[in-house]
Parts: sequence; structure tokens; C-alpha cells
Amino acid sequence: MKALAARRHHRNAPVVVTLLALLTTGGLYAALAPGTAHAAEPTANDIAAGGKLFQANCSTCHGPAAGGTASGPSLVGVGAAAVDFQVSTGRMPMAASGPQVIAKPPTFDATQTAELAAYVASLGAGPAVPTAEQVDPSKGDQATGMALFRTNCAMCHNAVGAGGALSQGKFAPPLANATPTVIYEAMLTGPQSMPVFNNNNITPQEKRDVIAYLVAQRSNATSVNDLGAFGPVSEGLWAWVLGIGTLIGCAVWIGAKSS
Amino acid sequence: MSAHDSTPHDSGKDVVVHTPDGLPDRFSNPGHPEHHLRRSDQDPRANKRAELQVVGLFLISVIGTIGFLVAYFTVTPAGTPSSIRNSNLLLGLGMFFGLMGIGLAAVHWAKSLMNDHEKSEERHELRSPEPVRVQAVDVIKEGVADSAIGRRGVLKGAMISALALFPLSIVVPLIGNVGGNWNVSTLKHTMWKKGTRLTIDPTGRPVKASDLTIGSVFHIIPEGLDTTAQPLEEKAKAIVLLIRLDPRDLKIAPDRVGWSYDGIIAYSKICTHVGCPVALYEQQTHHLLCPCHQSTFDVADGAKVVFGPAKRPLPQLPITVDSEGYLVAQSDFHEPVGPSFWERLK
Amino acid sequence: MTTTDSAFPGPVDYLDQRTGLGSAIKTFARKIFPDHWSFLLGEIALYSFVVILISGVFLTMFFVPSMNETVYHGAWASMQGVTMSEAFKSTLDLSFEVRGGLLMRQIHHWAALIFMAAIVTHMMRVFFTGAFRKPREVNWVVGFVLMILGLAAGFSGYSLPDDVLSGNGLRITDGVVLSLPIIGSYLSYFIFGGQFPGTQLIPRLFTVHVLLVPGLILALIGLHLFFVVLHKHTQYPGSGRTDKNVVGFPLFPIYVAKAGGFFFIVFGVIALMAALFTINPVWNYGPFDPSLVSAGAQPDWYMLFLEGALRLTPGQLEVVVAGFTIPLNVIIPAMVVPGILFTALAAYPFIEAYATGDKREHHVLDRPRNVPVRTSFGVALLTAFMILILAGSNDIIATQFQLSINDITSVFRVLLFVGPVFAFWITKRTCLALQRKDRELVLHGHETGSIVRFASGEYIEVHTPLNEHERWLRVSYEAHRPIEIAPAEDSRGVIRQGYRRDRLRQRVSQLFYEDRVEPVTPTELAAAQSHGAHDAIAPPREDLDHVESQPVGGGQHFVAPISQVTPDERNL
Repeated sequence: MKALAARRHHRNAPVVVTLLALLTTGGLYAALAPGTAHAAEPTANDIAAGGKLFQANCSTCHGPAAGGTASGPSLVGVGAAAVDFQVSTGRMPMAASGPQVIAKPPTFDATQTAELAAYVASLGAGPAVPTAEQVDPSKGDQATGMALFRTNCAMCHNAVGAGGALSQGKFAPPLANATPTVIYEAMLTGPQSMPVFNNNNITPQEKRDVIAYLVAQRSNATSVNDLGAFGPVSEGLWAWVLGIGTLIGCAVWIGAKSS
Repeated sequence: MSAHDSTPHDSGKDVVVHTPDGLPDRFSNPGHPEHHLRRSDQDPRANKRAELQVVGLFLISVIGTIGFLVAYFTVTPAGTPSSIRNSNLLLGLGMFFGLMGIGLAAVHWAKSLMNDHEKSEERHELRSPEPVRVQAVDVIKEGVADSAIGRRGVLKGAMISALALFPLSIVVPLIGNVGGNWNVSTLKHTMWKKGTRLTIDPTGRPVKASDLTIGSVFHIIPEGLDTTAQPLEEKAKAIVLLIRLDPRDLKIAPDRVGWSYDGIIAYSKICTHVGCPVALYEQQTHHLLCPCHQSTFDVADGAKVVFGPAKRPLPQLPITVDSEGYLVAQSDFHEPVGPSFWERLK
Repeated sequence: MTTTDSAFPGPVDYLDQRTGLGSAIKTFARKIFPDHWSFLLGEIALYSFVVILISGVFLTMFFVPSMNETVYHGAWASMQGVTMSEAFKSTLDLSFEVRGGLLMRQIHHWAALIFMAAIVTHMMRVFFTGAFRKPREVNWVVGFVLMILGLAAGFSGYSLPDDVLSGNGLRITDGVVLSLPIIGSYLSYFIFGGQFPGTQLIPRLFTVHVLLVPGLILALIGLHLFFVVLHKHTQYPGSGRTDKNVVGFPLFPIYVAKAGGFFFIVFGVIALMAALFTINPVWNYGPFDPSLVSAGAQPDWYMLFLEGALRLTPGQLEVVVAGFTIPLNVIIPAMVVPGILFTALAAYPFIEAYATGDKREHHVLDRPRNVPVRTSFGVALLTAFMILILAGSNDIIATQFQLSINDITSVFRVLLFVGPVFAFWITKRTCLALQRKDRELVLHGHETGSIVRFASGEYIEVHTPLNEHERWLRVSYEAHRPIEIAPAEDSRGVIRQGYRRDRLRQRVSQLFYEDRVEPVTPTELAAAQSHGAHDAIAPPREDLDHVESQPVGGGQHFVAPISQVTPDERNL
């Protein structure tokens, strides 16, 4: 310790300390950072566990070998990304039939979801779950993302992802609470009514730009209340109810006799 | 004009006609109701309180405006949404209090402190009295006689011709120039021609047939769009949706055999209703929905209308692949794209 | 120039000698205006217009009305490096880089929405109270033109930022213009200076928006207000108010304070909305590009009815005649439907005058219930307008209420025809019922809750008659009757000339006034008060406290068995 104390004033000391601090922080971050379950290659155990979960929860509709039945499509070749999207958003297992399958609190935890994904991925090649880096909004360019989102997505999901109507009761859901991974998977796999935006159409880098744009929209309101970002209909409603309503209230006060 | 309770000739009462049985035909106007005193008229303390309230409201206005100025000089919108939001909120609130204070003070003053005796004013019929009308007619007659216009027919005709013609010197150049080249036949053609590559909107990357998986939708512009003289005008006609379906799902009309390539099919993106970009593709039903008026087109069946206000199917762009495997147009559209107009079939 | 004997101080004296200011002050300063909250609706429109002018002048300092392309390198992150028109870029700059610019822009747009809403509510007030009757028909038409100009002002301004949302609005406008037979494509070139979108439109709209339309609006507002002063304001029916007087408060000081104060209130409420709520965030939509569109593609609320009409009309109506395309699926909703709505609105005062055959001036307003057909017609028109607005919002309704957009559209297609008819019928019945209730009240008075027993053992409730002011409000109206016409043939059996025209007019008149409830006459009231078989009449309400101890007036069998009323005055 004495030796250490003596070298405290060495001219290289600040550099050493800084390096040490950086190493410690980096190491701690590596150890404590939220692990990405999909980063590791699935093991045979994962696939087996996924298979069991599948038989118990999914095979009624998708068939015992995931080959599809009248009530559910084949899952061979849909890939881990599709499973992760459907299961982690709670869309699968499906609760009730309707115009479209809706998101709800997920039935399976992250591990189970990964196991299911591993099982389905083992049945045939398909898109994999994106890595944390692939969906990192800070690595995307939101201006490019905006241009892509406006061309490919805004007509259904609204200009800032507030959602919109499709035909026959179907709808494009709002994207405010969708995680970057889920947004990426949706583009890649084209769930339900949504078309597929494969990597030839929107490249992986461009997908990250789209994610960067969408994440930025979550804190992008320029006033206290953005009225849901639904456009002129909600603005008109507020102009009538709050604007004209308040002003008529004031007019009644002005026209009333004072007591 | 004076307080009504002191005006003898205007009591606000009607003249009453009596029926033979002694009762009037109609009820008569009972005249102005009694004036009720306000609290502030009767209680000096209430009066004083109202005055203080008005003063207080004016002071709120002063504070609001000062707050606005403080916010203006101290809160800088620095480009981030939150700084813009804060600046807008503080300026707006300052302005609100500055304005509302004045408004409420003035009205409160009028309602509780100013004389609130209703007054009555007489109305007069608007029509001019008959003698005035006679004079008016005389004046006009005199003028007509002075000008002698009635007797000089040629002069009248010349004057009318001159007046009717002179606006042409304004209208003709206006109409001549306001419509650009007036060549409305350009509405019927787009920049697609044989061999034009299909490229992705907005990046301009050319597309190979192998790039499309089933269920894909690509938003397409023609290659070389940016180098045209008016890219937006060309784009407004040339945009295309490129969709790949399972070839088994596709119903191909006999006259369109060979227009699509291995389940890849291209339709104009401009709605045949009033021209919005039709862009909502539901890949399970193969329906294309227009977000403006909900016209729905069946992509699998020649983009025929299945719902909504459009009548005609979306025009199809015949496509094929070139020697390098890129998707190209076989020709322009075979019919005008976009909304219907009178001479579109001529 | 002598100033010694004048009542005016120097500067006023100076002005008066050159303008005759003194006479104007004498004439106008104490002019009487009646007091009622609904008379302030037009003021909301006027004041929001002033707010629009003030904020609009601010915006013109920074807005660049040009469609030249430029690349953005300003404050807003998601627009960095994006190619856009100078109009769009300057809109971003004046919102984000001009201090207070966003507030002014939001004030301008909120004020525009409120301006149109106030015009509509003001028109409703004028319509339902019959304030458009002689001598104000011309002013109704002036107001109607102002509403149309308001639409033009709003639409031209909405399109100026050159964003995707308004750009699609222009695209739709172009589609509508193209649909016109023969001239469609030429008219489109006329507007856009060539093909859509061209490079001329924003500068042209700018001139329309800041010069042409506001100039016309200002001129017509001047005319509108001139007529208000000339005609003197209408007043609601009530004691002391006749067609020959106007009862209210003087302009100075009461209305200077009330109306002046209301300007600041209107401005204040708009400023508060602009402070709190985002409006038309064009940076969300992005610069215009003809291939883009976003969900929730709608115009501002006052154009929604057109959007709704376009959404409802089925496409089958498009026809081709001799090789020429006639898109009735666009012409009908975009031209015919608004044409019918607006013509009906503009022409209504003349239609009603035709049916009524009344040539007198009217300055006392109608209570809406007393003119059932007019009120019902207005409600029917509003119902149609409302259904079209909802149809124009059908995608938002679908997502917010989890409905199918196709079902909503189908339901509205039916409702557009059924709704107004049903609304007409139910409003008319309601008006007649309210009139009967008024009659009932005048004839039998207010219920007091006091029960008395006659000597015969019959129990009845004591009614207090209306005081003369309450009664006057309910009996002062005039129930128009269908006009009478001369017979078809004269005494010698010759068909009278003009009989058919008269008969048509009589039919219209019957449509209006066949069903009516006449006001109570003094004879009827006297009869009701004297027969007394059903009612006992207590003194007017002012004396209600004494009703148990001093019953007066009323029926021949009246007795006052106070002891038989339970202590808590419940029905026995």
C-alpha cells in the first residue's frame, strides 16, 4: 500500500486511474447489463424445452409438427423472429378470434419465449431475432428513418406511429409502446395484415433508422398535450368542446345579470 | 333615449284591440319589468369588494405580461423538443394571464359596478318615406334627361361595347398564362417506358425480382426520376406499388397475361377516385386500402374495387426482368392513371 | 378658430372641425344593445378573426411562400438533411427558431378553427331565433358569404406549409376539379399552373390567403356590422320589448367594457389552447411528396363534411357517356351535396318569407319552439352536416371504438337519408309538445305542491297563476297560419290566371304552418280560471309563502282545508 501511495503523485497516475476506472465500469457494465437472451446460440436443451411448450400450448392450432391446420398456419420456416414477435407481445397464444389477433400481456416469460423461438427456428430456416445492436436506436439516423417510415409505414400506422384503421375492423396498432426488437421483427416478418419488409427492401441499417425515428417520436411533442397525434379530427373536437365550450361559458357569464 | 321607467312615450306596451265581449283579442305587453338592485348597489362593502376584485384581475394581467417577457428572455428554445415545449408553455401561459386578466376585469367591472338600468331606444322603419321616394325618382329622371342617354342609341351601344370589351385586356393574358402550357394531354402519360427500371422510393435502388419475398410490398419510382425537369410532377403520376403474391393466388385477366413476373405485380399507386396514394396493403387479404376515402382494391384480382367510392381498378404497369435480373417496365401504363376526368378515354 | 366656448378640448375640437366627430359620438356612444349570451357568438367569430389577423401578420414576417427546393439543416433532428420546399422549411424555422413563433402559429391555427366554429354557432343562433327575417335577409346573405370566405381562408392557409397532410388535401381538390365535365382538366391547370403539384400553387395560395380572402372578409365584416347598427340589434321576446323598441344597455360604457373585455377573453382562451395543445404539427407529416400519405388523412373540421360525402358515395356512380367520363361518384358528393346544403341555407329566409306571406319588419326574436318547421328544418340540416362530419372521421371512429370501417360507412350511408328525416320529425313533435306545455302553464299556472280538499271530498293541487311577465313570454308569439288564396275559378267559372302559382305557394305554406299551436288568448285564460273544476288557483308566486293560510281566487268549489294537508305537505 505504501508503494502505491508513493506512486500516487507519479505523472502518469491520472492516466492509470482513468484507465482503471474505465476498465471497471466496462467490466461492471458487461456483467450487469441486461443480457440479450437471443445473443447466445440456442442449445439442444432449449429446443427440446421449446418443443414441449409448443406441444402443450400451440399444437392444437398449428399442428403437432407445426405444419399448420385449418385453424392455424404452418410455422415451418417462419423463423425465430416471428415467434418472438407473436409471443413476446402476447398475440400468441391467441385468446379469442376477431378481425385480428391483438396484443395482450404475454403468456410466456423471456426464457420460454426464447425456447419456443429456438424450437420453431429448428424446424426450418427463417429470420432470426435481431441482436441488441441491430435495434439500438442510438445507432440509427432518425431523419433517414423518417423518410422510410413515411414511405412504407405511415399510411397504416400514422405519421408518428399513433396507429390507424384498416378494412373490416382490422387496424395498424399504435407503436408508442412497441420495443425496438418488436418493431424490427414486425418489419422482417410481416405479421398478419402487415406486408413483409425484407432486407432487400429496407436494409438492416435502414430498419435501425426507422426504429431511431419511432423512439424519438416518444418524446417529440412540441406542446404539453399532442391530442393523441390523430390529426385534424381530434383538433376539431378540442376546438369545439374546449374552445367554443369555454367561450360560450364565458358568454353566458357576461350575459347573466349580476346578483 | 333614457331610462325606460322615465320615458312616457315608450312604455314598451302594445296597442290593444278589444273583442266585442270585452276581453282583448290578445294579451297586452305588460311593459318593462321592475328593476332589481344588485348586491353591490345595496351593500357598500360588496361594492368595495367588487372593485378590489377588478383591481386584482388587472394586476394578474400585469403579472402575466411580465411573466411572458421574463420567459421570452430566459427560456431559449434550443432545438430540443423539451426546450421548445417549455418555451411555448411559459410564453403561452404568460400571454393567457395577460389577456384573461384584462378580459375578466373589464367584464366584472361592467357587470357589478357600472349602472345596470336597462334603457330603451325607439326603432324607426327603414323604408324611405313616400315623398323621399318620389324625390329620388325625380333626381334619377333629371340625371337621365341631362345625359340624354335615352335618346342617343348609338352612343349607348358604343359605350356598352367599350365597357364590355376592356376587361379582355386583363382576362386574356391572365388566362393565357395562368395554366402554364395548357397541354392537358400530359395528364394521360407518365415517364414509364419500355426498359425503365423499377427503383425503390425514395433511395432509388433498382429492384431485382429475387429481392421480393411473398407478402412484400415495395414502393417504386421510375429510374431517373430525379433527373427530370419536374420530379414531383412526374412522381405524382409515376409512383407504383410492387407486390409479390403467391402466383397461385393471382387471377390474371386474359389480356394481361405476361404483365406480371412470377407473382410480382405492379399497380399505379394513385387512387382512381380523387388521387390519394393508395398504400395500405393487407397482405393476408391482398386488399389495398386508400387511407383518404377507403376505396379498397383487390390486388389478386386485377386491383378491382371491392369497397368504397372509387369505380375503376388501379391501372397495371406491365413489367418484366432485364438481362441483369432487374425489374423493368414493358411500356407506359395502358390507360391514364389517377382520378377520372372528362376526356381520359379520348 | 376659436376654442374658448367649445365643450371639446383642443385635439378633439381639431378633429371635430375636420370630421364631424361630435355628431358621431352623440349618435353612437349611447346606442342601445340588448344583452344576451347568444348575441356574443358572432363576437367570438369577430374577435377570433382579429386574433387571426394579429398572429397572421406575425407569421408573414417569417414565412417564405415558395416551392423552391432546399435542404434542411435546422434545429429539428428528424428533418436533418431532408429536401423540402422553402415554404415547409420556413414553417419549421418560424416554429422552432423564432422565439414565440410556435405559440403564434398555434394561436393562428386554433383561432382559425374557433373562427369557423363560432361562425357556425352564430348562424345557428340567427337561424333558430328567426333573426334573418325582414329587414335582415340581406345581412343573412352577407353572413353566409362570410362563412364561405371563412372556408376559403381556412383551406388556403391550411395548405401553405406544403406538408404531406395538406398536400394530399390539395391532391383531393385536384381530383375533384378534374371530375368536372368538359372543363375539369383545364380548371386543374388553371389552379396549379400546369400539372399537379407544379411550382406555382403555394405562392398563389399565399396571395389568396393573405390578401384576397382577408380583404373580402374585412370588407364584408364592415358591411355586416354596418347592417347591425342600421337595423339595430334584435331582442328576445319579453316584457317591454316590442318590434318598435330596443331594450338593453348603452354601448358606452357597458358594451365597451363587456365586448372589449370579451375580446381579451377570446384571445386569452385561444392563447391558452396554443400554450397547451399541439395543432397541425407539420414536422410529423413531413414535406409534401406525392407518393406519401399517413393514416388519419383528414382536412380541418370545417371541410370534414366534404370529406365525409366523398367517403360515403359508392363508386358505381361513375359513368362513361359517348366515350366521355363523368365521375358522378365525385361530382355528387363534392359539388351537388354541398350545393344543396349551402343553397338551402342561403335561400332559407326567402323560402320562409314566401311561405309566410309576411311583409312586416321583425325585431323581436322567435323562441325556436314557436316556429316548429323552421326549427326542425335547421335540426335536420345540422343532422346531415353532423353525419357527414362523422363519416369524414370514420377511420378515427373505427380505431377509437374498435369498429369496422366498412360497417361504419354502410351505416352512415343509410343514416344520411334517414337521420335528417327522423330529426325533422322528432324536433317538430318536440316543438309542438313544448308549445302545448306553455299553453298548459299559462292556463293552469305553476304547480305548488300544496294539496287541498273540496267540500265534496275531492283533492286537488293548488296552482299559482303566472305573473304577467312570465305569461307574456309564453303568449306573445304569433302562430302563422297557411296563407289563403283566391279560389281557382271566378264567379263566372273562368279559371283564374296565376292560380297554379298561388296553389304552389299555399302548399309550401301548409307544409310550414299546417300543424301549429295557437297562443293562449285572454278569453281562454278567463275561461280556464273561472270553471275551476280541475284547479284551484293560488296567488302569484311572490306570495307563495302565504298560500296555505290565505288561499284566494279560483274555483267556485274552492275550499281551504288546511288541516287536511299533512304537516310535511305530502300528497294525502
